[in-house]
Amino acid sequence: MRILRNLGKSANIFLQKIGRVTKFIILIFSNLFTPPIYGGEILKAFFQIGWMSLPVLGLTALFTGGALALQIYAGGSRFNAEQVVPAIVAIGMARELGPVLGGLIVAARVASSIAAEIGTMKVTEQVDALITLSTDPIKYLAVPRVLAATLSLPVLIAIGDSIGILGGYLVGINRLDFSSSTYLASTASMLQISDISSGLVKGAFFGLIISVSGCYCGFHSSNGAEGVGKATKSAVVAACVFILAANYILTEVFFNS
Amino acid sequence: MIKIKNIHKAFSDQNVLNGVDMLVQEGSSTAIIGTSGAGKSVLLKILLGLLRPDIGEVSIGNIQVSYDKPGRTLSEIGMLFQGSALFDSLPVWQNICFKFLKGGKKLSIQDAKDLAIQKLKKVGLDHEVANKYPSDLSGGMKKRVALARAIVGNPKIIFFDEPTTGLDPIMTNTINNLIREIVETMEVTALTITHDISSVEQIADNVALLESGRIRWEGKSKKLRDSKDPYVYQFVNGKTKGPINVS
Repeated sequence: MRILRNLGKSANIFLQKIGRVTKFIILIFSNLFTPPIYGGEILKAFFQIGWMSLPVLGLTALFTGGALALQIYAGGSRFNAEQVVPAIVAIGMARELGPVLGGLIVAARVASSIAAEIGTMKVTEQVDALITLSTDPIKYLAVPRVLAATLSLPVLIAIGDSIGILGGYLVGINRLDFSSSTYLASTASMLQISDISSGLVKGAFFGLIISVSGCYCGFHSSNGAEGVGKATKSAVVAACVFILAANYILTEVFFNS
Repeated sequence: MIKIKNIHKAFSDQNVLNGVDMLVQEGSSTAIIGTSGAGKSVLLKILLGLLRPDIGEVSIGNIQVSYDKPGRTLSEIGMLFQGSALFDSLPVWQNICFKFLKGGKKLSIQDAKDLAIQKLKKVGLDHEVANKYPSDLSGGMKKRVALARAIVGNPKIIFFDEPTTGLDPIMTNTINNLIREIVETMEVTALTITHDISSVEQIADNVALLESGRIRWEGKSKKLRDSKDPYVYQFVNGKTKGPINVS
């Protein structure tokens, strides 16, 4: 009986949380295109989320592409199939590794910073101050970040895919004895538009997940520095888990339907 | 005039406010005093429309405070937060004129800057402070900037939440004098939340003692120290024994 009660209580808390998150997302979307639109805040969010994520994303993609080429070469050589390296690096980066690794890297960087920034504003009464100054905190803090993350992640992922393929190419011609023209021709012939577009759509979803996680946890933080720390941790964990879950669902939709 | 009618508020199982009734007359300066955890800040958030009461209502002027859209009453109110609540990412002048840069009423950048400098002078700060960031300011300067932000829209009502907490005695006096001066020159209705008795005597005409979620005593601030009420006596004299549960 006690187990059932505890189970019911946990389910109730879980459903309440889902309800609150859904309400929060609806609130953000209902504020997306209604005035006032804070152009300066949107540009700032694009700069911080998009532009400032480029170095870490580029490095991650470069090394991932290189490592992928080495691994595929080692595995492919068991079946005398070394020539598949360029194609699998390109498809692997565009479909899976580019979006997922890019999403996870940006989640670690951006979800944490959004949650920490908004969380600190919440516990130091800056969010309350916004309301008393006739400014809607959702519109001023959440909308620019959600808009910037959702629109800049596909661009970041496209750049990450290209850098990852470049990483594979550099390893291919320098370490695996591929000729430059063969590698490039093989990459171009195997890569299809749907491989790239599916990764970009995933990117938009991941951007939404990252920004909503950061904003939600930030707005719901409490209890001073400890609360902000918890909110930051929750934002990153939630973003990473939901990115991986969404990635599976989107892969099913794009490639198995 | 601020009418507070039968306000109840509980968090989980804990009752914080248990039927607060109060009337703050237009043009008066009133202080709400009480021990930590008495419910002062919760009451203030309810007055601002930031927190919805479980029971009861608040009217400011003739308008009832809306907890879905508090904007109608907030446009008349200036607020000084306990920790100043300045926006770290904005320079002082943008903090002061935030309402006119991002809020409903718009001002040009130059006009906003001029207005900010004018308000800085009113709170005794130099124009050079305008371009600094909150992190460059001392606690007392932050309080004065927050005070400038509270008065920038010429509000009819100003709420002060623990305006002198964490300040040295000289800065405490400076802030109290500024509050008194602002209340008198701007002819505003002021409501101050504090537990600092000397501040109450300096800035308030009327006092209400909030204890265990209820108003236990109301009267003139001049009569506070002479009150025979056991709650007031214990609070004013800092006695550990008495009707107020200090545990």
